[in-house]
This record gives sequence, C-alpha cells and structure tokens, in this order.
Amino acid sequence: MIRVFFSEWRKLRRPTLFIGTMIAVSGVTALVTSLLFLLIDSVRGNAREGTVISRATLELAQGLSLGFSSSAGLLGLVALCIFASQTAQEYTYGTLRNLLVRQPKRLTLLVGKFLSMASFAFATVVVSLVVSVSLAFALSGKAKVATAAWTTTEARNGLLHTFINVLVSVLVYGTIGMILGLLLRSPITAISIGVAWLLVVENIISATVKHSAKWMPGQLSQTVASGGDFNSTYSHALLVLGGYLFLGVVVVSILFRRRDVSN
Amino acid sequence: MAELAISVSDLTKKYGERTAVSHATFSVLQGTVCGFVGPNGSGKTTTMRMLLGLITPTAGTGKILGEPISHPERYLHRVGAMIEGPAFYPALSGNENLRLLATLGGFETNQVQSLLERVGLGDRGGSKYKTYSLGMKQRLGIAAALLPSPQLLVLDEPTNGLDPAGIQEIRELIRSLADEGTTVFISSHLLSEIEMISDSLVMLRKGEVIFAGMTQDLLLQQQPTLLAKSENPDDLPRLIEIAASAGHTGSIIDQTAHILGPREWAPVLNKLAFDSGIVLSQLAPILPSLEETFFEMTGDNE
Repeated sequence: MIRVFFSEWRKLRRPTLFIGTMIAVSGVTALVTSLLFLLIDSVRGNAREGTVISRATLELAQGLSLGFSSSAGLLGLVALCIFASQTAQEYTYGTLRNLLVRQPKRLTLLVGKFLSMASFAFATVVVSLVVSVSLAFALSGKAKVATAAWTTTEARNGLLHTFINVLVSVLVYGTIGMILGLLLRSPITAISIGVAWLLVVENIISATVKHSAKWMPGQLSQTVASGGDFNSTYSHALLVLGGYLFLGVVVVSILFRRRDVSN
Repeated sequence: MAELAISVSDLTKKYGERTAVSHATFSVLQGTVCGFVGPNGSGKTTTMRMLLGLITPTAGTGKILGEPISHPERYLHRVGAMIEGPAFYPALSGNENLRLLATLGGFETNQVQSLLERVGLGDRGGSKYKTYSLGMKQRLGIAAALLPSPQLLVLDEPTNGLDPAGIQEIRELIRSLADEGTTVFISSHLLSEIEMISDSLVMLRKGEVIFAGMTQDLLLQQQPTLLAKSENPDDLPRLIEIAASAGHTGSIIDQTAHILGPREWAPVLNKLAFDSGIVLSQLAPILPSLEETFFEMTGDNE
C-alpha cells in the first residue's frame, strides 16, 4: 500500500500539476473570500446564489471560516477533476497494465491511489484555508468588519470544524471523480459528465423539483462543507452521501477487481 | 528434469461467442529463449496477458515459475514484461517513469540509470517521455521490464520501431539475459529474429497452438529442398523431369531448380543429372526458414 502511495506521488508532485493546482485553488479561494468582503454592502449579495452574508455575521467567531467554507464547492470540482483524470488516464495511456504487473493486488492499488490523491486533496484544502484566513484578516479593515471574535478559542475550534467539513466535502467530490474515472475509463468523459452533473443538472433539478436538493450529491457535499444549511441537516447529508459513496465504491471495486485489462 | 518457467494446460479465453485462445497447452524451460509466433489476431497478446494476471482465463490452468497463474502476486515480482508496446506517462521523464515503477514494485531506484544505459538511453533519461521516438519508447519499455532483475521476461513485439542496429542490440541483450539464466518469452513479427535467438517456439493459429517445441525440431520436420543450378540453364526443365520420374517434385525459380528431397538424395540427383548429360554447377540442400515454415503452417502471408 505504501509503495502505491509513494509511486502515485511521483505523478502528483509534477510541477505543472502540483503547483498549477495550488495556484488554481488559491485563486478560487481568493476570489470567493474577496467577494464576500468586498461586496458586503451589495444588495445583489456577496455569497453563493445571491445570498447576503452580513457584516454582523462575518464579525462572529464563525465569520472567519465563511470564506473558506464558501470555496468548498469549487475546491470539490478541482478534486473531482484531479481524481477522475489521475484514475482514467491509466486506461487511456495504457499504463494500468504496467501498474498491475508491478502491483497485482488490485484493491491494494486502488486504495493506495485513493490515499495518495486524498493527501493531495488535503494539501489543496490546507492551501485554501491559509489563503482564505489571510485574506479575511487583510480585507476586514476595508470591509469594516471587526475581528475581535476571530482570535478566540471558539473561532479556532470553528475553523478546525470547518476544515474537517470542507475536507470531507472535497473527498466526496474526489471519490465521485474516481468512481466516474473507473467507470468511464476516459478523463475527458469522466470530468465532463461529473462537472455537467454537479454544476448544471443538479441545479436545474433542485430549482424545479421541490426538496430534491437533499438527495443530490453535489448539493449535499456543500451542505457538509457548511456544516448544514437550508437544504438539509448535516447528519442527513452525511448519511445520504455515505450511502451513495458506499454503493459507488462497492460497484467500482468489484468492476476493477474483475475486469480484464485488455487495452 | 529441467524446471519449467511457464507451463499452461488447456488455457482458454472466450469473449462471448468468440474464442480468442483455445485449449493452449505448452511449456517453456527455464533459462531458454522461447519465440511466440502467430498471425495477427491469433491470440498471442491475450495469452501473454493471461500469464501476467491481466486477463482471467475462461478455462484451463497454468504455472509461472512454479506458481499458479490464478495468483499473479506470487510470481510477478520475479517477472518483467512489456505487453503490446510501451506505455508510460508522457509528462514524466524516462527516468521518472522507471522510478515510479521501481517504487511501486519495491525495487531499487538507484539501478534506474544503469538500466537506461543498458538499453541505450543513458543520455536521454531526463527527457520527457512524450519527446521520445518510437524506438526510444520501445527501449524504455524494455528497461522497465528489466527492473525486477527478472527470472522470466515476457516481451511482446520488443523490436517494433527499432532500426536494424537497434534490433541487433536488443537481440544481443536478449541473448545475454538468457546466458545469465533469464527465461525470455518473446513474440515478434520478425521471424528471422525469432529464428536467430530462440531455442524453442510456440506457434499459434486462430487461438490454437499448432506447434510447441524446439525450433530445430520444427525446421527438421519440414520437407528439405535441393537447390540445383546447371551450367546450361536450358537443361533445368529436363532436370525437373528427371527428379519427377524419381518421385521428387520441383519447380524453377530464378534459373534455379527447387526440388523437394532429403539431403541424402542429393548425390543420387547429381548422378542422374550427369548420366543425362547435365552438368550441375551448384547443388545444395536447404531447410525452409522459419518464415517459410510459418507461412506453410499458418497459411498466412502477412
């Protein structure tokens, strides 16, 4: 397992992939956090779907985490793309046969790959957290947001909880990407279908079918990242997502273990 | 009794109604080079994939280095393989691609440079794989196969894309590996290469093994031919008639009579020709090449 983990990191640490992803993550987080503070007085809202997060809310201890948790959806999409491409490319490059000759225990290979990508996702969440918190402090003066509550133990605990929630949310997105990569065996197809579903289809269904958002994996991942929201409770989101992922992981594990490698 | 590197019995792979490999039974002795030949689509790569645990056989059994093919984890750490051409990550260098596989397999990563040098890529290991020529990719594939210092090397068309000098280098490499005790199971379309380097052969046609044994035995089984030239080319039709009257058929190709007959019959033909006033300027018994034998046995002219 540990050999799979380190061999996968030889691919993940490639500068264009690693540094490029970290720059993308920093940019996305900076954008979301900046809009939260700079549009604080805008009547069109300063958060997702035109929501208004007021100065009073930002000044709470939990306010420090809001920019970070609002970035979770976009961080998740980055994770989905990385997990899907890193998994499906083994089929398109034909490298899976090399990997399986060197590590014939297929489930060990699968779990090792997941853990290496999960650690990569962990790094993106850490970078996002650092960027968001730094920007929150930097922009608080301009937005006239008091930061006294942000340096309390409550704020630190809140930040830790948000970090865990965002990480879980990002890993859910990543796992969906990996499942799609294994099922579809093509990075472009896996990413296209994943992103189209999460960004377009889910939003259309949620907007047209009442209460459907509490059954949509993308919406539920955002619910987890924010620790529960108007769509669903935190525990419901975790439970439903857990069920979806369990089913998906069982199916792709059986497929990966039994499927002939003939490309 | 010599130990077997590969032994398979009734190995079969079906895809729906189509049978890719049918009841293949053969064995390969340890420390030998075994050529694996057959027309395109005859099941060579499918068989190799079954030996490496990449494809599950529909039926049949097999052992690699004494371990059953149903448990590839027990033997693959002693096996090097390149199947259906090299496959690596384009954005990584040759060196980094090998290190990745060495890390995965638990092999020493500090041998990577020496392996690159052994296959003639010593000065290009730092270049990205996507910048390699087909021949360089092939060499990298062979280097990857050598990572485990294998007891068994399974190579599928290793000389594809190599120039004549490269082919000769790979031939020498394979021969030297065999001399060191490595068993090499190699498929190739270059039958002259296979004939030169292999001790034994497995020949497939439409998924079925039509020959498995020593290369020399196969060639000896074939009808030898006597090549005869006469001082006067006009005498050749008469020479064919003389041979035919003695029960040996023949034909004239490029002013040379090709007469089917064993080596021992050459002096008799010489005397019959002399008695008929035909002076032979050349009389040589030859065995068909592997290529000719292949075409005859497989009925394939690729």
